[in-house]
Amino acid sequence: MSAISLSGVKKRYQKNNVVHGVDVEIEAGEFVVILGPSGCGKSTLLRMIAGLEDITEGEIAIGGTVVNKLEPRERGCAMVFQNYALYPHMSVRQNIGYALKVAGMPRAERDAKVLKVAKSVSLDPYLDRKPGELSGGQRQRVAMARAMVREPKVFLFDEPFSNLDAKLRVAMRAEVRNLHRSLGVTSVFVTHDQTEAMTLADRLIIMNAGVVEQVGKPSEVYHNPASLFVADFIGSPAMNLVRGFFGEDGYFRHGQGGMIHLPSLGQGLVSREVSLGVRPELVQRVSAETKGAITAVVDYIEELGASRLIYANADGSRLIAVDTSNDALGTGMPIHLSFAAVDAHVFDHDTGRRVDLGDANSAATRARINA
Amino acid sequence: MERRAFYRNGTLPWLLIGPQLLLVLVFFYWPTSQALYWAFTLEQPWGGGNTWVGWDNFAAIFRDSEYWTVVGRSTFYATVTTLLSMAVALTLAVFADRALKGTKLFQSVYVWPYAIAAPAAGVAFRFIFAPESGLIGAINQMWPGIWNPAINGWQALGMVIVCHAWLGIGYNFIFFLAALQMIPKSLSEAGAMDGARPFRRMLDLQLPLIAPTVFFLLIMNLISSFTDSFGLIDTMTEGGPFGSTEVMVYKIYFDGFKGFDYSGAAAQSIVLMLLVIALTIIQFTWVEKRVHYH
Amino acid sequence: MIERSPIFDAISYGVMILGLMLVLLPFWITFVAGSQSIQEVTQVPINLWPSSHLLENLQAAWDRADLGPKMLNSFLVASGVTIGKIVLASLSAFAIVFFNFRARMVCFWLIFMTLMLPLEVRIVPTYAIAANALQPVQAILDVTGISWLLQTLSGVQVSLEWNLLNSYPGMILPLVATATGTFLYRQFFMTIPDELVEASKMDGSGPLRFFWEVLIPLSRTNMLALATIMFVSSWNQYLWPLLITTDRATYGTVVMQLKALIPDPTGLPDWNVTMAGALIIMLPPLLVVALMQRWFVRGLISKDK
Repeated sequence: MSAISLSGVKKRYQKNNVVHGVDVEIEAGEFVVILGPSGCGKSTLLRMIAGLEDITEGEIAIGGTVVNKLEPRERGCAMVFQNYALYPHMSVRQNIGYALKVAGMPRAERDAKVLKVAKSVSLDPYLDRKPGELSGGQRQRVAMARAMVREPKVFLFDEPFSNLDAKLRVAMRAEVRNLHRSLGVTSVFVTHDQTEAMTLADRLIIMNAGVVEQVGKPSEVYHNPASLFVADFIGSPAMNLVRGFFGEDGYFRHGQGGMIHLPSLGQGLVSREVSLGVRPELVQRVSAETKGAITAVVDYIEELGASRLIYANADGSRLIAVDTSNDALGTGMPIHLSFAAVDAHVFDHDTGRRVDLGDANSAATRARINA
Repeated sequence: MERRAFYRNGTLPWLLIGPQLLLVLVFFYWPTSQALYWAFTLEQPWGGGNTWVGWDNFAAIFRDSEYWTVVGRSTFYATVTTLLSMAVALTLAVFADRALKGTKLFQSVYVWPYAIAAPAAGVAFRFIFAPESGLIGAINQMWPGIWNPAINGWQALGMVIVCHAWLGIGYNFIFFLAALQMIPKSLSEAGAMDGARPFRRMLDLQLPLIAPTVFFLLIMNLISSFTDSFGLIDTMTEGGPFGSTEVMVYKIYFDGFKGFDYSGAAAQSIVLMLLVIALTIIQFTWVEKRVHYH
Repeated sequence: MIERSPIFDAISYGVMILGLMLVLLPFWITFVAGSQSIQEVTQVPINLWPSSHLLENLQAAWDRADLGPKMLNSFLVASGVTIGKIVLASLSAFAIVFFNFRARMVCFWLIFMTLMLPLEVRIVPTYAIAANALQPVQAILDVTGISWLLQTLSGVQVSLEWNLLNSYPGMILPLVATATGTFLYRQFFMTIPDELVEASKMDGSGPLRFFWEVLIPLSRTNMLALATIMFVSSWNQYLWPLLITTDRATYGTVVMQLKALIPDPTGLPDWNVTMAGALIIMLPPLLVVALMQRWFVRGLISKDK
């Protein structure tokens, strides 16, 4: 039995469809991250699980019970809000213990519990302060402690780190991860930050425009994107996506007369409009004599320290390659690029979905996912 | 902005809003509709209910030249009171906004008139202006009989106006000061960089930027001086001498409660209501549209 | 202050001191005259320095205007209006801002329209309703035919009456029936972030609990502001208590007594006693404003803008 089960969940505001029908099973103890650009409906989905938003259509079950008609407090979820939503007039102790107080827990028991939770997130020295007297990171911890103290069946996180600076965000990420490891509570975490999503998630749910694009482990989503959207959205620098079509001669045609020799991929795809995708780190710089090398001109170079990104123009198509050499390169210089056919992805341009490329490609992908 | 976090509950909101709604219906909407009813009817002298008379009551008051005198006087009263009070308050606010040493003290004292009951101020000013007492009355020693608001209508009206304007200083000052303090400091600094001296900045930067507050207060003061003058006039002059300080509210009170002409008083009330509503509408539409600042 | 401008600073102080004198003059005169003997107060020109008769004048004014019971009445009315307004305003604003119910906007406008017309302009019919507060109910019964029905069925003539003349409810309720407080509370409630409501929902608290444990503590400043404004304005009411109380001895308020303190033009011009009385009557709201200034200024500004 799954901890949370969404089936055919839809959300409509007046005439606007915000969530178009989501079917996802979340296992007990799993850490699931819903990732997507802003406005994709990910927060709405989370809030429907929490009970803060009506479910227009479909069913949500938590621990096997359909919760559509239940009040938030009856669902056994705790939530960490984007702006923390701490009660400004209550001390840290009162903030953390408020849910217990509402539930009618006696004071002594409540205080003991609050203290225990506060200790676990190192908040015990600040119990008598007001939220206004705390730093951003401390407030974040209070918000988490408030969720933890209720020992909920499910943790819900609504972009909780978006107000923190970069360094603190990394620290909080680790903290959340550790917390989840020690408590083992099913967690659903919403974010638009893919690094956050990749590092935290057991499984990712990628959403776009109210539709689930892909559900899978971070490596699966990265190495085997199910759609053009996912391919483009996940990964930084983004995947190279070159629009074109395969000819009968085994050449992929793109840009202004660009031709790439990929005889193993084109079968059955001839003349269909597609996008060819390759991760920049799988694109190599090769010598001019290499067979099938793509000739390109350097547009500009981004120094990253350990490596650099070469943005190149190949017959009117943009290609990005990760380069670790120290060769002198500059704008306008010609270079030669190449990638293995098994590392390529093909997406149908009309449906945006991935095209299955046969055994060789699947095997290469699987090897990467499991690596 | 529409809130998204609503509670839904069938009866609870009605229980919460019920008492207020009930009071408003009983003490606001019912009386207002009654005023309308009376304004268009006339009570039978021998009892037995009211008869519909259409616009007759209005025609009667509009035909009465004395009514127009009262309307004119009220308008004069409201205009002069408003201008006087706002001018004083604005001057004080502009200077008190300069954050010189000790301005906090000045600022708190300038608010005091807000706390004073109109009749109490009326009594104090009546003494200040009394011809027989030793303040303004002292000039009667030099020029006997030159000052006597108990006989001279214009002097009486002037005395009430001064008192009413004084009462409004506190309220106007609070708003002017708040508006001035909303102006970002960087603006004054930019002005100083452009070479404008403090007085120049007052005229060129601060005054134009508080224009919305000026309009807001203009309307609020007009409304209040049209409607809120009863306590003052009743303690200072009782409408006299010879009706020279009788304004619209006072006449409504007098016709309604002393003359028992409910229909006439109701018709006058309606006219005053329309006036106030018109001012409010001007406030909401015209002013909000014409004056923008962020 | 950005640059040094000693001359302009001096002018500023000059203007501010003039203003101070203008504002304080009536207070000063009241105090000075209230402290003088009748000989001193009738001097022309008057001595602008206080004398030593303040206490006896206060005593005389207190006795002449029967200020003891009148003070009590003023306090009862002012606190009644203040408390009533705070309770009703916070509850109704809570309903309007945080509940989604049909006719929400209608209720909102019904209440807010009352900001338009001050009590003074509808004084005559309000007086009539105070004579019988159940008049609207009677009218509804009459118009709908229910009273006719009851009369024919049971023979009992329906005539509801609840006379508010000469009563505290009559002095208080019409003053509570406006939207000032509701508006102030609404403005404040609108600033409460949605997430706070949601957090409390997640914590399991219902609307009333949220109101009592979160909104009320958070709106303390607004409450103080509203309390100050309401206390001052209801203490200073004149026309309404004058109308609704014919039994001045029992129900009169201090502000109504001012007129009784003014010397008769034909009698003894003992303005010193009058001014001492005015001093007593001015003092409570002035103290409230002076003490609460910080909060009430904020409340006043957010109320009207």
